[in-house]
Amino acid sequence: MIKVLVDIIGLGAIGAIVWYFWLSRRQGTAATVGAGGVQEAFILVKGGYSPDTVRVASGSPVRLMFNRQEADPCSERVVIDAFGVSADLPEGDTVPVEFTPTQPGEFEFACQMGMLRGKLIVT
Amino acid sequence: MRRDPVCGMTVGEGSLLTVDGYPEYGFCSDMCRHRFNADPSRYLGPADAGAPEAAPGAESATRTAVMTVRAPSVQLSLTGMTCASCVTTIERALHEVPGVLEARVNFASEEATVEMASGVEVERLISAITDAGYGARPLAEGSDDDAEQAGRRKLYRSLLHKFWFAAVVSLPVIYFSYPELFPGVPEKGSAALNLIWGAMAVSTLAVMAWSGSQFFTGAWAAFRHRSANMNTLIAVGISAAWLYSTVALLFPGFFPEARLRDVFFDVTAVVTALVVLGSALEIRARARTSEALKKLIGLQAKTARVIRDGLEIEIPVSQVVVDDVVIVRPGDKIPVDGVVVAGVSAVDESMVTGESMPVEKSEGASVIGATINQTGFFRFRATRVGRDTMLAQIVQMVRDAQGSKAPIQRTVDKVSGYFAPAVMITAIATFMVWFSFGPSPATVFAVITAVTVLVIACPCALGLATPTSLMVGIGKGAEHGILIKSGDALETAHRIDTVVLDKTGTVTRGKPALTDVVVIGGFTEDEVLALAASAETGSEHPLGDAIVKGASSRNLDVLDPEDFEATPGHGISARVGTRFVVLGNRKFMADRGVAAGEADPVVERLADEGKTAMVVAVDGSLAGVLAVADTVKEDSVAAIRSLHDLRLEVVMITGDNRRTADAIARQVGIDRVLAEVLPEDKANQVKLLQAEGRVVAMVGDGINDAPALAQADVGMAMGTGTDVAMESGDITLVKGSLTGIVTAIALSKATIRNVHQNLVGALAYNTLGIPIAAGVLYPFFGLLLSPILAGAAMAFSSVTVVSNANRLRGWRGPAPKEARA
Repeated sequence: MIKVLVDIIGLGAIGAIVWYFWLSRRQGTAATVGAGGVQEAFILVKGGYSPDTVRVASGSPVRLMFNRQEADPCSERVVIDAFGVSADLPEGDTVPVEFTPTQPGEFEFACQMGMLRGKLIVT
Repeated sequence: MRRDPVCGMTVGEGSLLTVDGYPEYGFCSDMCRHRFNADPSRYLGPADAGAPEAAPGAESATRTAVMTVRAPSVQLSLTGMTCASCVTTIERALHEVPGVLEARVNFASEEATVEMASGVEVERLISAITDAGYGARPLAEGSDDDAEQAGRRKLYRSLLHKFWFAAVVSLPVIYFSYPELFPGVPEKGSAALNLIWGAMAVSTLAVMAWSGSQFFTGAWAAFRHRSANMNTLIAVGISAAWLYSTVALLFPGFFPEARLRDVFFDVTAVVTALVVLGSALEIRARARTSEALKKLIGLQAKTARVIRDGLEIEIPVSQVVVDDVVIVRPGDKIPVDGVVVAGVSAVDESMVTGESMPVEKSEGASVIGATINQTGFFRFRATRVGRDTMLAQIVQMVRDAQGSKAPIQRTVDKVSGYFAPAVMITAIATFMVWFSFGPSPATVFAVITAVTVLVIACPCALGLATPTSLMVGIGKGAEHGILIKSGDALETAHRIDTVVLDKTGTVTRGKPALTDVVVIGGFTEDEVLALAASAETGSEHPLGDAIVKGASSRNLDVLDPEDFEATPGHGISARVGTRFVVLGNRKFMADRGVAAGEADPVVERLADEGKTAMVVAVDGSLAGVLAVADTVKEDSVAAIRSLHDLRLEVVMITGDNRRTADAIARQVGIDRVLAEVLPEDKANQVKLLQAEGRVVAMVGDGINDAPALAQADVGMAMGTGTDVAMESGDITLVKGSLTGIVTAIALSKATIRNVHQNLVGALAYNTLGIPIAAGVLYPFFGLLLSPILAGAAMAFSSVTVVSNANRLRGWRGPAPKEARA
């Protein structure tokens, strides 16, 4: 009896992990359009990227402003492979990263080791 | 004190040299006095106190640097900004300073970029900002890195403190956890031991809360972002062990049998201690991976001696602006990039170009900031300062490249995205299997194996494997004068099987030089050459220049010619002393009535060797033949031999005719020549080679090479070439020597080998470690891994990966090949 209960709880936990980490999708935060048509988003870097999903429109320039609030070297650099971006994020500074997406799609931004990840949704 | 009008130095009265007729001037050395005597008007222009004008053509000599020259600009770091309107206030204040052309303030980064006419002092800008109620200081290069280092040190120290706390708590916890192992421990189930275990529960909770706090905060931050990482695994592992133990202690009735009431506080304390120690060591090791970059940044000079208002003053290097005249003394570090305006010296450029021999500098030569002046005094006009200098751009390029991804890592990234949740699922499955099918006490086995699985898995080792090796490899390249733009280029370079070399400027120097002097009749070689060189002194033709240089390299006296006459494309004639010299092609000789038939075989032979031959006649009779050719760089032969040793096919591509191309190819030992290729067709030729299934590296230096550089799998640009070529290339060989190709390929091979070692190690560790932790060996051998051992393995696996990457720091480059005759 107890074994069955443990198995049910175990399978439930596995299902929850699969759903939470892999299957669930999030809306993300839309970038705000500032002066000159630049789409801006402020991203806090602390154990992860907040927000970790940013929505922008293709065709106009994007400025992501990363602010790293930790000394952990894992997050010291942000890489957006699709746009050839690789920027150092000194602790406490706000580092603007600029590029212009030309095609819709989902692009990842991540730390150098790929441990912290965020997503840029271009529509 | 008087000022030397030549070099600008202030000279004390005691050591003063003077010139008659100019009592107001003093000279620092005989060299300056001599130069002044030769042409006083040159140094006494209307702006007498200022700098002498740059030699004509000096600007075009600045070819080695990387980008375009802009208006002088400075960057200031700002403080005191509270809102966006401060931006306008500060920009307005800056615009009011006379000479400021453009001022931009970035609120986010708290920086101002000011473009201005030369001569505007940074202090004026700063005081304008201070008057407006804000703070400002020049943005020092590398200051970010100092802050970064300080942050790392702080983190390292705090991790060490956390480690010591966990370690000290661990010792008694281990001792009292095993009553059957250690003497003097109260019996299991006794009130005394239960009391001690209660104390252990509290102390290990403190260890988790303080020493292991970053696991929980890290895990929570990741969890909120729907991701999991090493922190998640460790946090879940140690808290599961603690929770089980505490429940067993507090609610003994919960367990049907007394022997199930075991505690694992030791797992919590020891794993925390080990993983924290591992993280601390990893931080230290990772700081070393960027050592090459720090070394580059450290090359920057701190101060510069410049002339302002006729006075020599020493200022911080950040305040040097374009067109400042900078004074360099023997042993000085050259502060910024520029063009020599006066003086002669030898400069050690090895730190930037990798070239070990000092380079001679005289008027018109370009100098690179951060290189070291050796022997002489000289002055130069600054052409690139601040973030535009070659060093600053190299630093930026290396920094960018170190952060870029190698294709191999993209694959790893895909795996690592699934890694941590997959490990959690494995841990749950392990628990279920042991609980259902395991031997008694099943609960204990299930908890232990699940915790061991969580603790042994190391996503960090996988994540660190590629980028750390890349960091070290790219940094190492910069030390050897090889600038690699991306991880892509570094990874592709090790697969190159064909190297296409542009001829002019790459294999050869790209400048004609005198190669042969053949005498006919009763003249000596020196006589013929001296007469020809004297006649050519008035000529501005590059071939004439080659002859004059050839004569001066043999220390021959060159006289001023009279009645100089040039027939473009054919030849020249001039009177040198009492002799009448005619120099030109055979037709020119025939026109002048010189019988040059005897010279025919010589001219033919020289033409076969790809040289340009010129016949010399003196006083109407044939005297000899001079040959001028683009000469091969002295290390090209050895470099091409090394490329052959690496089993690479070497192809030379050129627009020259086949005869010239073949002659050069023979000299350097190239077997395949693509001659008479139009500039726009070079990229097509590369494409054809790629169609043969080859991985092609194109090496070139000119604008016309740019499309081919971009087309090739790896484009290598000569650092001595044009900016366009360097923009298009994936790798820049700063020294401009072909040996750089060999070094670049060898470095790529070494780095990729290192990456493979790391990846194989990290993958093998995880794919073997996790099943063993789950207990697959138990049914066969009765072996079960202790979670404490698993924690130790995990803590040191990532340190091992980083340390292996650091082994690359000892890479010395391929052994230099002697040019075998």
